[in-house]
Amino acid sequence: MAAMLEVVNSGPLSTLQDLGRRGRMKYGVPPSGALDQEALAVANLLAENPEGAVGIEITYGNFSVRALAPVVLACAGAWASVSVDSIAVSPWTTLSVMPGEIVSVGAPAWGVQVYLAVRGGIAAPLVMGSASTCTRAALGGIDGQGRALRAGDLIATPDRPSPSPSPGPGHVPSLLAASTVTARAAAALAKRQAAFARAHSPAAASARCPVAIRVVMGPQDDHFTDGGRRTLVTEEFTLTSKADRMGLRFEGPAIEHSRGADIISDGMPRGAVQVPGDGKPIIMLADRQTTGGYPKIACVARVDLDLLAHLRPGDRVRFAALPAEEAHESLIHEQAASRASGRALRILIDGIEHVVTVCELQ
Amino acid sequence: MSIHADTPRSMPRFLWAGDSAVVIEFGNEISPALAARAHTAAAAFESANLPWLVEVLPSYRSVLAEFDPRLISPAAALEELQRIAETAAIPEGPASLDQLDIVSIPVCYGGRFGPDLHDVAAHTGLSPDEVVAVHSEPLYLVYMIGFMLGFPYLGGMSPRIATPRLATPRTIVPAGSVGIAGNQTGVYPMASPGGWHLIGRTPMRLADPSADPPCLLRAGNRIRFVPVDEAAYRAIEAAAATTARTDAPGIAAIPAQAEGGDQ
Repeated sequence: MAAMLEVVNSGPLSTLQDLGRRGRMKYGVPPSGALDQEALAVANLLAENPEGAVGIEITYGNFSVRALAPVVLACAGAWASVSVDSIAVSPWTTLSVMPGEIVSVGAPAWGVQVYLAVRGGIAAPLVMGSASTCTRAALGGIDGQGRALRAGDLIATPDRPSPSPSPGPGHVPSLLAASTVTARAAAALAKRQAAFARAHSPAAASARCPVAIRVVMGPQDDHFTDGGRRTLVTEEFTLTSKADRMGLRFEGPAIEHSRGADIISDGMPRGAVQVPGDGKPIIMLADRQTTGGYPKIACVARVDLDLLAHLRPGDRVRFAALPAEEAHESLIHEQAASRASGRALRILIDGIEHVVTVCELQ
Repeated sequence: MSIHADTPRSMPRFLWAGDSAVVIEFGNEISPALAARAHTAAAAFESANLPWLVEVLPSYRSVLAEFDPRLISPAAALEELQRIAETAAIPEGPASLDQLDIVSIPVCYGGRFGPDLHDVAAHTGLSPDEVVAVHSEPLYLVYMIGFMLGFPYLGGMSPRIATPRLATPRTIVPAGSVGIAGNQTGVYPMASPGGWHLIGRTPMRLADPSADPPCLLRAGNRIRFVPVDEAAYRAIEAAAATTARTDAPGIAAIPAQAEGGDQ
């Protein structure tokens, strides 16, 4: 193993994440994994890794690492300033970094989670098939026991039979290489930008747009009154400060139960919208408990799950219900469009680089 | 949202849990018969070895099945799961005991391992020895694993030893602690904060994140708590530690003993 990076500043919360533990919920093990799985995949593809390789999930930025060897890094996720030795480079791009240089990820202009991938991957103990950090259950992560990253941690790439090509000198951001990766990155960026650039704009809170989240009703929507179900899909809900990798607790009009707020505890699907006795919805995320005893009025559609990673306290959310089969078609359509050959244009506005995607839709 | 409006009483309800998971619900009560149906269906889904099936989580009266939407559509997954659920030999009544795994869990009751045994005795009006006798008598059913790695939700405790939760939860409950909360009993596989009255502790290692599978108990298991003294506790603890050091699976299983008689 070769140490590639040393963590200089770990920010509010930075953890190692891959796509999570699969098939272990029956043992009481949370799936964990990146909250924005597509952004982790894109960061990995930009770094020429397999899309499920271990990356660093950086919550609210303020993170920096020092390179200990020539290394290629890539970022995706929230729109945060990225710099190499204080020289700004564009987010959502690939960087070649030389030993001694410091790469910093600033506070995001919009979004919450930034994913940093290292070419060759990150060495970490596999716990139940995954390196994903679950601090609450003390599983995975840099030490295998759920620890978040902290200053002084060394990030190493695992030994490989064939070493990845060494990067060239300098830190001129390379243009996005393969067009398929470019198109996928551009589509993922465009979706997140559309959802959050205005929601997180510096304008007055009242002028910010609510974030639209699609849901599929059930499995316990029959535990609510007609009015309760209507409240979910017609009213706005505001994210409270109770927001972490386990779940998001919202404030808003109470969603009315029809027969109490207790069910016989059962399995907790990803993105479940559970409603405890106070009628305020809680969306369950990657580090959730595997079972729960509140009725789940709906579950967030797969196509919008990644967006939940970037909600901030104070954000307003509107839920729209659609049938499961339609939700699935939206997901398949979005994936197909993002993998179609598209063109990504980089444009500068007020000194900030933006990526614009041009796709042909059938 | 119920996928079929008028399902006959004996048929499970299939409920969407998003567009990549389904809940198969067998009823709405806590009973060994319903649990047996859920646990049998879960076993049938797992043994079908479906590449698109990501999670199968059996609970008291339902199964959560999550699938990979890149590999299968919700309609196709639902159809396949319904076919398996209908053809699985799902028992209408409680499964006979000889088909079930029975796990004996040695417990050293009272003393420093069970600091609340006397409080439970005082609350219930029994002697400490009677509390131990009542607690170690039934064959408990593991309805569900949840809350934390390997934590069993057990059914079958006598209401005679029911005791409310502690007014102030402990910040740390040692792994292996056996407790009572309301009319439930349970055993903590890992150290955790907790508000249960602690009446004993098992030296058995019930969970180990580095083992595969990572925990000893599964939904559908039957367990019995077997009182042991402190010397036996130490001996089992030492044997388990040796096993963990020298052998790959870190969980020391006590041979299951097939005993008759339900609670």
